[in-house]
Amino acid sequence: MTELLVGTKKGLFVLDGQPDAEFEVQARAFAGEPVEYAMRDPRTGRLLAAVTSPFYGPKIWYADDPLGEWEQAGGVALPEAQDAALERIWVIVAGEGDGMLYAGGDPGVLFESRDGGATWELNRALWEHPTRPTWSPGGGGLCLHSIVPWPGDPDRLALGISAAGVWLTEDGGRTWRQGNRGLVARYLPEEAREGSASLCVHRLQRAPLRPERMFMQFHGGVYRSDDAGETWAEIGAGLPSDFGFPMVIDPADPDSAYVIPLTADTDRVTPGGRVGVYETRDAGESWTARGDGLPQEDAYLTILRHALDRRGEGPALELYFGTTTGEVFGSGDAGASWFTAATHLPPVYSVRSDVAG
Amino acid sequence: MALVRLRGPLKKLAGERADHPLEGGTVVELLHELEQAHPAVGGWILDERGFIRRHINVFVNGDCGREDTPVSAEDQVDVLPAISGG
Repeated sequence: MTELLVGTKKGLFVLDGQPDAEFEVQARAFAGEPVEYAMRDPRTGRLLAAVTSPFYGPKIWYADDPLGEWEQAGGVALPEAQDAALERIWVIVAGEGDGMLYAGGDPGVLFESRDGGATWELNRALWEHPTRPTWSPGGGGLCLHSIVPWPGDPDRLALGISAAGVWLTEDGGRTWRQGNRGLVARYLPEEAREGSASLCVHRLQRAPLRPERMFMQFHGGVYRSDDAGETWAEIGAGLPSDFGFPMVIDPADPDSAYVIPLTADTDRVTPGGRVGVYETRDAGESWTARGDGLPQEDAYLTILRHALDRRGEGPALELYFGTTTGEVFGSGDAGASWFTAATHLPPVYSVRSDVAG
Repeated sequence: MALVRLRGPLKKLAGERADHPLEGGTVVELLHELEQAHPAVGGWILDERGFIRRHINVFVNGDCGREDTPVSAEDQVDVLPAISGG
């Protein structure tokens, strides 16, 4: 049985089912509230949800049972009496240390929890980084949306911030430096690109079997790094469009990545009315459409940054993605064939398929 | 003392009580007093900058108020979500 945590514009939906047929809604929480992201800590089974009430602001909540009482986590706020307020929590990720969790948010902030998500603390080194005044927000805000731990090493972490590029630490977040060499901001005039900090990273992933290998969906461009995010090489040739948001990898294969191209930044729907998940198994040398069973006619769908996830690995890799028109599609065979897991949900912001601990 | 009146989740966070007599000369002073008395309300009405959240409305004796709106004893301050959404 696979569990999907689907964050939507109108609440969290917990679905479960087998990876070849429609899933059932087992629970709904935060009815009416935007749930940007929800995940289950695979070590403890605890659920964590990022909810931005339009009235009361962004909060992180946690629970062991989605139908039970959710507790508000403490410390999810910026320092008081400064010039900024927390706008949104974009992502929550389990870290490598005991009980360690990270949360990323707008305006380009990282929170750390050492107690499984009950309390959080702002990472001051990133908050007070001297380059911060030069950071510029993307269309969705100054969002820290990708947090990529290094398997087995709690000191090493990579972050993706739109539009402030890639940030790397090797000392557990005490110091941060940029990892942007090779990224080309085609949305800037040519003469403004060199050295610009306005780098609109859309999604970052790391290959766990070869942690120095990373993949990135950029705002126009798909990239690979073989040196832990120091330098990047473009690998988007062969895709119908190199614009998109979500990206996952098969953890069993360091040469693998999956993306869902959208037409362009000015037309953020599936190109040509055809829904396609594209796979590489040669580190970006070539891409193959994996769309059997997905809508191929007059289907102009939008798939947001965190609305694609995977479960398992290798030939049994399961893939799931949700759309802003409330559908969830799934594959139980690494993308070879697809089924409709859910329809008629509110606009889908995120999909997670963590395995309960 | 002015009377701060809450409803919905704010009432629940403030000890399941709607009415809160509080000392303060402005709306924001009252709201800080409320947060002192009920820390769970922290971050729900005022953001980190001390601003009333964009989609929260505050009325002083029925008139729309902001952070620096003066209040005095006998005033009634209603805090409620705006009629916004989508």
